[in-house]
Amino acid sequence: MSEEVTKNIIVRDDEDYIINMGPQHPSTHGVLRLEVCLNGETVKYVIPHIGYIHRAIEKMSESDTYKQIIHLTDRMDYLSAHMNNEAVCLAVENALEIEVPKRVQYIRVVLDELTRLASHHLWWSAFGMDLGALTAFFYGMRDREKILAIFEESFGSRLLHSFNTPGGLMHDVHPDFQKHTMEFVRYFRKKLPEYKQLLTDNVIFHNRTQGIGKMSRETAIAFGVTGPSGRGSGFACDVRKVAPYGLYKEIDFNEILYDEGDSFARYLVRMDEMEESLNILEQVTDNIPEGDYTAKMKSIVKLPEGEYFQRVETARGELGIYIVSDGKKFPYRIKFRSPNFSNLFVLNTLAKGGLIADLVAISGSLDLVIPDIDR
Amino acid sequence: MNSVIKYFTDIYKGVRSLWAGMRVTGKYFVRPGEIVTEQYPENRATLKMEDRFKGEVIMPHDKNNQHQCTGCGVCELNCPNGSIEIITKKVPNEDGKMVRVIDKHIYHLSMCTFCELCIKTCPFNALAWGQDFEHAVFDRSKLDKVLNKPGSSLKKKEAKS
Repeated sequence: MSEEVTKNIIVRDDEDYIINMGPQHPSTHGVLRLEVCLNGETVKYVIPHIGYIHRAIEKMSESDTYKQIIHLTDRMDYLSAHMNNEAVCLAVENALEIEVPKRVQYIRVVLDELTRLASHHLWWSAFGMDLGALTAFFYGMRDREKILAIFEESFGSRLLHSFNTPGGLMHDVHPDFQKHTMEFVRYFRKKLPEYKQLLTDNVIFHNRTQGIGKMSRETAIAFGVTGPSGRGSGFACDVRKVAPYGLYKEIDFNEILYDEGDSFARYLVRMDEMEESLNILEQVTDNIPEGDYTAKMKSIVKLPEGEYFQRVETARGELGIYIVSDGKKFPYRIKFRSPNFSNLFVLNTLAKGGLIADLVAISGSLDLVIPDIDR
Repeated sequence: MNSVIKYFTDIYKGVRSLWAGMRVTGKYFVRPGEIVTEQYPENRATLKMEDRFKGEVIMPHDKNNQHQCTGCGVCELNCPNGSIEIITKKVPNEDGKMVRVIDKHIYHLSMCTFCELCIKTCPFNALAWGQDFEHAVFDRSKLDKVLNKPGSSLKKKEAKS
């Protein structure tokens, strides 16, 4: 057993003073219960209890066709709904060896990055609010609203837009989609410096996050912490770079890496990723080619017998989807490797020995979405 | 001595970063630019949702109270959570033959997840999105809707010219 894992072993004692954080605690952003053992104000250990929002999505998928699974994946990590949809679509398309039209690939990248931006906006707002900076919340929500308006115009819904379907998209995007996306990019380029002035440069915020919840690269790898949280510890795990899918091979962008591994580094990774998303949007949005919005598909999709795996980079890390097919129209078994599940269980290692106020800063900087943990 | 210097530099840095943040909020306090907040219950008369907005599933009827649903049941088959129930009946047509027509197209809004598969797969384009979004009711049974209006009939196919 490696040192990182042995450090995580918890020894319970009858004398322990246990306090429950959640399942209705505002800083857990969902129904997550943290069993926190305290010694005064110092955290002795944290045990996460999950399962309060378990909906058996994997089991339900076994009685749904591949087109019907799409709308269930929306409800896992609802802030990266588009990437979750894309994971299933890519898995099916690769299994059937379908070439999706170029237009679809371009639109999918634009939607990926818009979703990532919207997700990071919400995280930035909520992280500020967790640490007591309520002003940040309103500024993040103001800019997120602009993206949601673009979504609403094209897909009809703001959060859970089941817009992907195996082989392409449900509809073509709205005629004004490109114009409004570029308007947003120009608008947000002006607003991003405000984020720096409001929160990034704030001394109170520095004191709350710098040096708090240090995670080494080895710990990140041992626990499988991916996404911005892993990259804050110098773990190069961006699936868009490591195993490019869709159009990402052809796009020029940087993988953001920080070596410090504390909450502030994880914060900076996400702030830089927002800028990188804007760069990608500028490259792609104006070059969307004309063409079909979907490839020719049969009305009932059947995968050939076998096992298929596909991973994508969501706003929170690596989402893997593992499909076992027995050749029928329903999958035999589906397993989702959700990023938040792995990111959650590093919490004990990070919060051990710190103060209870730091636990909020750490769980906020890991950016957990609870329905993705339980599925 | 060092701690004294640190104490005062900390105060200086704190005030400066506070000032930087206050400048942003102050700017919007004096000059808000645009009003972002939707003035919802007040702007009900002028509020218009997007054309593609997913409010609820409806069945469009024309002015003769005719729809395009043949009762084939493809939407019922494609719905992932059983929100749609099709009840058909047999009626005689002009030639006296018994044909199957739609009796009730029941739509359970309470179970619908707005995945759009029924609308997308309908072979006759009989279903569409409605823009109504105020679905709050006091009783759950009010969310079970019959989509085909009473007395409505199937639209005749236009002869191809």
